[in-house]
Amino acid sequence: MDNDRLIWMYTQMVRIREFEERVKRTFDEHPGVIRGHTHLADGAEASIVGSLATMQPGDQLMATYRCHGYPITLGTDTKAIMAEIYGRTDGLCGGYGGSMHLADPGRGFLGTSGIVGQGIPQATGVGYAAQIRNRTQPPTVVLCFFGDGASKQGAFHESLNLASLWKLPVVYIMENNNYNVATRSEQEDANAAAGEPLSVKAKAHSMPGVTVDGGDPLAVHATVSEAADRARRGDGPTLVESKVYRLSAHGNLIAPPGVPLHYEEHEAIRVFGNRDEYEAALRGDPVPRFRMQLIEQGVLDVARADEIAQAAREEMDAAVQFALDSPFPAPEAATNFVYA
Amino acid sequence: MRTLSYVEAIRAALAQAMRADPRVIVLGEDVAEGGPYLATEGLAQEFGRERVRNTPISESAVCGVAVGAAQAGLRPVVEIMFIDFITLALDQLVNQAAKAHFMSGGQLSAPLVLRTQGGTGGRAAAQHSQSLEAWLTHVPGLKVAMPSCATDAAGLLLSAIADPGPVVVVENKALYYRREQVPNALEPIPLGVARRLREGRDVTIVATSRLVDGALEAAEQLAAEGVEAEVLDPRTLQPLDLEPLAQSVKRTGRAVVAHEAVRIGGFGAELAAQLQAAAFDYLEAPIHRVGAPFTPVPASAGLEDAYRPGANEIVRAARSALQWEGCEELGAVAAAGGGGW
Repeated sequence: MDNDRLIWMYTQMVRIREFEERVKRTFDEHPGVIRGHTHLADGAEASIVGSLATMQPGDQLMATYRCHGYPITLGTDTKAIMAEIYGRTDGLCGGYGGSMHLADPGRGFLGTSGIVGQGIPQATGVGYAAQIRNRTQPPTVVLCFFGDGASKQGAFHESLNLASLWKLPVVYIMENNNYNVATRSEQEDANAAAGEPLSVKAKAHSMPGVTVDGGDPLAVHATVSEAADRARRGDGPTLVESKVYRLSAHGNLIAPPGVPLHYEEHEAIRVFGNRDEYEAALRGDPVPRFRMQLIEQGVLDVARADEIAQAAREEMDAAVQFALDSPFPAPEAATNFVYA
Repeated sequence: MRTLSYVEAIRAALAQAMRADPRVIVLGEDVAEGGPYLATEGLAQEFGRERVRNTPISESAVCGVAVGAAQAGLRPVVEIMFIDFITLALDQLVNQAAKAHFMSGGQLSAPLVLRTQGGTGGRAAAQHSQSLEAWLTHVPGLKVAMPSCATDAAGLLLSAIADPGPVVVVENKALYYRREQVPNALEPIPLGVARRLREGRDVTIVATSRLVDGALEAAEQLAAEGVEAEVLDPRTLQPLDLEPLAQSVKRTGRAVVAHEAVRIGGFGAELAAQLQAAAFDYLEAPIHRVGAPFTPVPASAGLEDAYRPGANEIVRAARSALQWEGCEELGAVAAAGGGGW
């Protein structure tokens, strides 16, 4: 991979991190501006960017409610994303979707499911459409993102069976952050409890299953590239388990009433009292880790890295200000877009 | 005109839509083999097994694949073999397909058709006989059609396939093999246009699906008693073409709404509420509802026949509406355990 591409990847990781920190800080700096649920991708930047860096023209993706990072990487205007999270009329989806339901079909991002695991069948269907298209056009693939918890849904297994049977051009990317909100994987997943990687679930559906360090963007890129190449050749889907550590709590506090919305401590600390685990995760933070790697390799110098960070800060300053300044949708618009 | 059964009309409409538009695909369990009712028989031979695709028994994934394929530019027609199985696909229908356009601020759409069938008469017991359409009408973003004859089954299906959003077409297994006169050229019938099947000045009967036949039979019986019943079929429940129904009720002053689903929480409740709001000042009696008892569908023939609402129940409801003498009657009906109005 050439240096420009590596720097591009690092830049996207920094932009995602800066964006997510601004979302989190909004609860303190602009109390009441975010009213609903948010779920942050801090800690998953390497996995997101490493995966999306494999995309070719025409490739598509679907994701979950933890969805800010994908459109940021795809080049969607962060002003529109922040405005959507703030519920404003200039939001990416006009304020109809909010933080959990970003979509930018023009860039191949066909939306999300807020219901755990239920976007997987849809991404599979996008893959079915791609398979038909691929007969006559340059082949495209579909990236399907979901969490570890989703792999206990029937929809996950139904979809993987069908995609493997039909050899659909889909890469199933499980971002395994080891927590279902406040339940650890080994408490709810038989494979995890048995000490096996969750990628063994692929075996039941006769497709390759690979586990990769989701904190290493180049490892993720290599793994997803191989899976995407396989899909593009018509050889069918792959399950990639990308091991990440989300650095924030599952989402902002949504109850009880009267308590200001904010992010509590990560569940490792708050629920399990395991500060060591969390601090180890911080030491392995993929963003500074990749920065150090690129500097050590001479791809990036400190001055350039600082410029990237400064540009991200300025971009997200502008995104926050734009979103704060954007008007709310007119109340009478509440009933728009029910029918196409 | 030509003679076709309801299920042949569906098959002809599917073939017509697939010939006209290569984006139209058919998905479902056994669809390439024709399915249990032969609704898709012959399609795989004409259009190939990629466009007419047998699926695993995975209603959630199959419906979700249709949603995704629709969002990606295809026009899937997915078959859920019995509406009873729609429980397994409801997340895809209710949380995904119905909301894609809205949540994306109009950027996405899911132009899929979900064909399914319900209704009693098959001695098929409680998990293969239900009428669950009311659930679907409660979901903004879904359209719901319920054809009562072969011409409507074909015409509504063609409109559903052309629609830019998700449409559920609820067919009726008891109507599948009834042969009818159907136009040689199948034309789309717009969603949201009711049909008047019989004119009458005394009482309005609004019926759906198989109960449209029941309503026409009831109207014949009532005619023998000197009562002229008007019969209307909304044909689509969502969107609902209220105006002609309300106009009829304003003329007759009395209304019976009839469907095969259990009465409580059925779509008849919505019809009655909308009709009374639109025609309150014209009503001479409460709007009467005909539906099944609040009981799962029994298997044994005698039990199912006792359970199934039909012409006799509609006649009784119409007589009650016509003989309505005021609020004291209300208490009498309730005391008799009927509550049928």
